[in-house]
Amino acid sequence: MIEMEDVYKKYPNGVVAANGINVSIKQGEFVYVVGPSGAGKSTFIKMMYREEKPSKGAIMIDGVNLAKLKESKVPIFRRNLGVVFQDFKLLPKLTVYENVAFALEVIEESPKYIKKRVMEVLDLVGLKHKSRMLPTELSGGEQQRVSIARSIVNSPKVMIADEPTGNLDPETSWEIMRIFEEINTRGTTIVMATHNREIVNTIRHRVIAIENGQIIRDEQRGDYGYES
Amino acid sequence: MKARTIRRHVKESLRNLGRNGWMTFASVSAVTVTLMLVGVFFVIMMNLNKVATDIEEDVRIRVHVDIAATKEDQQALEAKIKQLADVDTVEYSSKEAELDNLIASLGDEGEAFKLFEQDNPLYDVFVVKTKEPEQLEKVAKQIEKFEFASKVKYGQDDVDKLFSFIGTSRNVGIILIVALLFTAMFLISNTIKITIVARRREIEIMRLVGATNSFIRWPFFMEGIMIGVLGSVIPIVLISTLYTYSYDYISAKLEGHFIQLLEMNPFMYQVAGLLILLGAFIGIWGSLMSVRKFLKI
Ligand SMILES: Nc1ncnc2c1ncn2[C@@H]1O[C@H](COP(=O)(O)OP(=O)(O)OP(=O)(O)O)[C@@H](O)[C@H]1O
Ligand SMILES: [Mg+2]
Repeated sequence: MIEMEDVYKKYPNGVVAANGINVSIKQGEFVYVVGPSGAGKSTFIKMMYREEKPSKGAIMIDGVNLAKLKESKVPIFRRNLGVVFQDFKLLPKLTVYENVAFALEVIEESPKYIKKRVMEVLDLVGLKHKSRMLPTELSGGEQQRVSIARSIVNSPKVMIADEPTGNLDPETSWEIMRIFEEINTRGTTIVMATHNREIVNTIRHRVIAIENGQIIRDEQRGDYGYES
Repeated sequence: MKARTIRRHVKESLRNLGRNGWMTFASVSAVTVTLMLVGVFFVIMMNLNKVATDIEEDVRIRVHVDIAATKEDQQALEAKIKQLADVDTVEYSSKEAELDNLIASLGDEGEAFKLFEQDNPLYDVFVVKTKEPEQLEKVAKQIEKFEFASKVKYGQDDVDKLFSFIGTSRNVGIILIVALLFTAMFLISNTIKITIVARRREIEIMRLVGATNSFIRWPFFMEGIMIGVLGSVIPIVLISTLYTYSYDYISAKLEGHFIQLLEMNPFMYQVAGLLILLGAFIGIWGSLMSVRKFLKI
C-alpha cells in the first residue's frame, strides 16, 4: 500500500529531515510513528500526502509515485487519502455538517449522496445529533471527531494522522483512538505520528521510531520506547 | 462544471464579498475612481477624434481662378481638375457668391464690404474635395501647375497642427489610461490578497480534501468580476448624465457648424460597455494575481 524507497528530504534551509528512509506498509495495517521532537515525523507524514516532495527516492501510495506526481494531479490523489491533524483544521464559520460536506462538495458529488454519506460518517463518530452546531460550540475531542469524519467521508484506503491526540486530554484521546480502531477494522490503513506513550503501549500496533530523519526501530506490536 | 457547482461558487463569492464588507468597499471604490477617470478621458478623446475627423473631412482646396481667364478657360480648368484621379467633387463659386459669403460670415461688420459689390476684388473659386484627406497636398500641387490656377490654398498648417495635437494627446491619453488601469489592478489585487490571507485556512483545507486549483479559483474569479462590474456602475451613471448635459450645451453652441459631438446613441452605450468590460477585466486580473500565490501550480 505504502512503499518508501531510499527517501531523502532536504529543506531549502539545509535541514535534512529524512535521511534514507525505507519502509513498506501493507493494506489494513495500523502504524504508529514515534520519535523525539524534530526527528522528522511530520516530514514523513507530509511526504505521504504530498505536501512535501522528497528530494530523492520514491514514495508509492496505492500505485502512485508521489515523487513523480504532477502538481495538477495532487488534488485527485488526495481524494483517496484521509488526513487528520493536531489542530483539527475545521472552518469556523461552517457547521459540523457543512464542514464534512465540504470535502464532498469540492469533488462535486450529488447533493443526495452528500447528505446520506455525511450523516453516515457523523453517526460513525457519534456526532449525528450535533450536526448543526459550529466548531466553536464543540469540545476539542468533538472537533477532532468532526475532522476525522471529514477525512473518511471519501472512504479513503489510507488515513494519515499527525498527532491527532496532541491537543486533547487523556480521556478524550481514548475516544479518538476508539474511532481510529473502528476505521482500521473496516480495512483502512492508518499511519499516525504520536507522542502519546500511553496509547502506543496500550493499543499495540506496529511502531516505527524515527530519529534524525532515519528509521531506528520498526517493530510489530512494539512499545513507545522513550522515557518521558 | 455542474450547475450546482456554479451556484455554489456564486453563493460563495457573494458570501465572501459580504463578509469582507470593507475590503469589498475599498476595491469597488478603487475600480470606481479608475473607471471614472478612464471614462472621462475616453469621452474627451473620442470627441476630439470626432472633431478632428469632422475638420479633416471638411478640408477642401480652394483654387483661385486667374482674372485673365475667359469662360472657356475656366471650363477647361474645371475639366482638368475633375480628371485628376484623387478628386472627389469640384464646386464652382463665383466671385459674387464669394463676396456674399464673406459679408454673411462677418455679420454686421460685413456691411462695409457691400461697397465692393460694384468693383469686386475677389476671385472666382473652384472648391475641390479630395477622396481622402491625405491626398490634399498632392492634389494641390497638381492643380498649381494648371494654366489659370492662380492660387491654390488648403489651410495646410492648421490641419497639420491639429493632427499633431490630436496625435500627441491620443498617445498621452493612452499612456495615462494604462497607468490608471495598472494602479487599479494593483489596488484590487492587494485588497483581494488581504481577504485571501483571511481565507488562507480555507484554501489550505480545500487543497487538503482534494479541491482542484480551478475549483478553488472560481469564487475568487467571480468576486473579481462582481467587484469590477459594481465599480463600473457609478462611472457609467455619472458619465452618461454629465455627457447628456454637456452634449445639449455644446451642441447648441455648435448649431449649424460642421463640427459636431458624438451622438448620445450609440456613444454612451459603447462607453458603458467599455467600462463594464474594463471593470470586469481589472477585477478578474486582480483576483487571479492575488490567488496565484496561494496555489501551487
Ligand atoms: N518547512 C520546513 N522548512 C525547513 N525546515 C523544516 C521544515 N519543516 C520541518 N523542518 C525541520 O525538519 C526537522 C524535522 O521536522 P519535523 O516537523 O518533521 O519534526 P517532528 O518529528 O514532526 O517534530 P515534532 O515532534 O516536534 O512535531 C526539524 O529540524 C525542523 O526544523
Ligand atoms: Mg511534528
